[in-house]
Amino acid sequence: MAKMTLEELRKLREKKQNEIQKRDIEGKDARIIVGMGTCGIAAGAKPVLDTFLEVLEEKKIDNVSVTQTGCMGLCYVEPTIEVIVPGMPDVIYGNVDVETARMIVEQHIIAKQLVTDHLFDRPAADIIKKDGGK
Amino acid sequence: MAFRNYILVCGGTACESSHADQIYQNLLEECKAQGVADEVQIVKTGCFGFCEQGPIVKILPEDSFYVKVKPEDAKELISEHILKGREVTRLLYDKESSRKNARVEDIKFYQKQFRIVLRNCGFIDPENIDEYIAREGYQGLEKALFEMTSEDIIEELKTAGLRGRGGAGFPTWMKWNFSRQVEDDVKYVVCNADEGDPGAYMDRSTLEGDPHSVLEAMTICGKTIGATKGFIYIRAEYPLAIHRLEIAMQQAREYGLLGENILGSGFDFDIEIRLGAGAFVCGEETALLQSIEGKRGMPQPRPPFPAVKGLWGRPTVINNVETWANIPVIMTKGGNWFSKIGTHDSSGTKVFALTGKIRNSGLVEVPMGTTLREIVYDIGGGIANNKKFKAVQTGGPSGGVITEAELDTPIDFGSLVRIGSMMGSGGMIVMDEDDCIVDVAKFYLNFTVDESCGKCAPCRIGGRSLTNILEKITSGNGTLQDLDTLETIGEAMRKGSLCALGQTAPNPVLSTIKHFKDEYIAHIVDKTCPSGTCKKLVRYSINPEKCIGCTACARKCPVAAISGERKQVHIIDQSLCIKCGVCMETCKFGAVEIH
Repeated sequence: MAKMTLEELRKLREKKQNEIQKRDIEGKDARIIVGMGTCGIAAGAKPVLDTFLEVLEEKKIDNVSVTQTGCMGLCYVEPTIEVIVPGMPDVIYGNVDVETARMIVEQHIIAKQLVTDHLFDRPAADIIKKDGGK
Repeated sequence: MAFRNYILVCGGTACESSHADQIYQNLLEECKAQGVADEVQIVKTGCFGFCEQGPIVKILPEDSFYVKVKPEDAKELISEHILKGREVTRLLYDKESSRKNARVEDIKFYQKQFRIVLRNCGFIDPENIDEYIAREGYQGLEKALFEMTSEDIIEELKTAGLRGRGGAGFPTWMKWNFSRQVEDDVKYVVCNADEGDPGAYMDRSTLEGDPHSVLEAMTICGKTIGATKGFIYIRAEYPLAIHRLEIAMQQAREYGLLGENILGSGFDFDIEIRLGAGAFVCGEETALLQSIEGKRGMPQPRPPFPAVKGLWGRPTVINNVETWANIPVIMTKGGNWFSKIGTHDSSGTKVFALTGKIRNSGLVEVPMGTTLREIVYDIGGGIANNKKFKAVQTGGPSGGVITEAELDTPIDFGSLVRIGSMMGSGGMIVMDEDDCIVDVAKFYLNFTVDESCGKCAPCRIGGRSLTNILEKITSGNGTLQDLDTLETIGEAMRKGSLCALGQTAPNPVLSTIKHFKDEYIAHIVDKTCPSGTCKKLVRYSINPEKCIGCTACARKCPVAAISGERKQVHIIDQSLCIKCGVCMETCKFGAVEIH
């Protein structure tokens, strides 16, 4: 790159800041956890994970971290994902495909509404608790 | 496409020497082989500080902290963690706990730390200027060039209360202001990266992990005092730091952040690296400047101070690496913010290289005012192998020992001097009950005697005399009179030496006599070394009640000093014994005893 002016430096910083912020875990209060066990991957969890990352990038949402986990035990509705947003119940969505993933970001993350068609139980450990895990 | 995982691999010297680079290469290959190369970013960062557990690999966003990773673990990390989302438990720092507890903030080593100097170490790729820029990099320089006057900058540093981190703790703003006020058309900015204390590696890690912070700070200083040329004096034994500095300077020049007309402001500034040959005395500022000029590194009388008359007789601001690394942060966050960290007379943080008999050796950065106990026990995890704490040596060969009784002293410039040690550059060596205090004093003294430039008599002759006496004491020939002589010579060196090397060289001796007089007396009067370190005072013998006559010790003894028939009690001939201790290690019945 050629020598920069002040303006160019500021622009570059802003651009790179967005990129590096994704690495920073502080300030990320919402989480999307994709079940990537063998069953999840076989049912198409991989493109779903990619979609989440794409959509979050596209909508410039930077407080959500996307992580993966092993099998959640709901193999009959794979791919499954868990969404944790402060102020909302933690939920598990099942049968998530690429379109559903997009919908989850738009409805659940942005509009703070549950995507009822794909709502499944919390994992068993949480159901056992009397207060339903909440 | 955005990355879904970030793998941070430590690229500090400590981890590199345990094949961190091979881990990095293997991870890259595995990512390709397993088809995730474009979804995962692998970054080689600076030192994480947790060197005890290296090589370290951290995977984000899960924040999994993998320790003691080997190159062959790369395949499993990618196939398990990245592909299937399952943490590789056997490599996690905290294997017992569930995934949540393996997070970095839960590791005790990091809990009490506060990182300003090391803010980017272990997070950014030090060989990529963009990553530094993304973390508010060169924002301080922007302010210095376009928004603030020289007076403003000095005022900001004054508010911050930043004091030099090289050892003496001189207020940085005053240094800069002296140079600024001298009228001269040529001035210089110098970075002292000649880190020489045994066991200290704060500056090396800072340069390796975040070289741009030093370049930015030096440029800011150039603008403030009116200098256009800077030098980084670094020892040739730091090849990785030098390599990264060279890359950083090249990138900064390409971006127009170094060189002519920086960011179109009309201000010119450039930096050159000067390699030192590793002489300890060249860490002393006047000797360092001599060395840059191409002369033999010998200290010069002060005043005149370098700030007024330094390199080639011109006003020169010379600061230590850690001091420089604080400056960009003070510029972006403000002096006020900085002054609230730490204590009243010492603001900010201090980086320490924690080594010796400590469980978690490594690089730690704590706010000033943190107590030694917190560093040794909370961050350092206490003494290794469940031994008993004996003392901490701060300030390297210029400092003194700090004992159990003073562990609750808050660390700041004033408090450490009051208890007879000093901040120094930040080496912190922990000793346990197995260390002989007289031997430790002898070790440091031998170091300063070796490194003395020989210019002034108090240092050259005094240091040699002190070592001779210590040698005498550890050989069992000392007298009580020697203790007084040590103190008299030490005091004379303090008063009469030309530079800090000689003035502080007797510190380890004087402070150990003060705190561990009993141990000196044991060497002199009882002719014993309580910890069994001083070979000449040690005597091995065989307990006739425990010896079963197995002959194992006699067969191992390298000088055939042990005699005895099979199934008979063995005897060590003291006139032949070289006190190597092999018999004691060999005996399965605990019959060999040390006195």
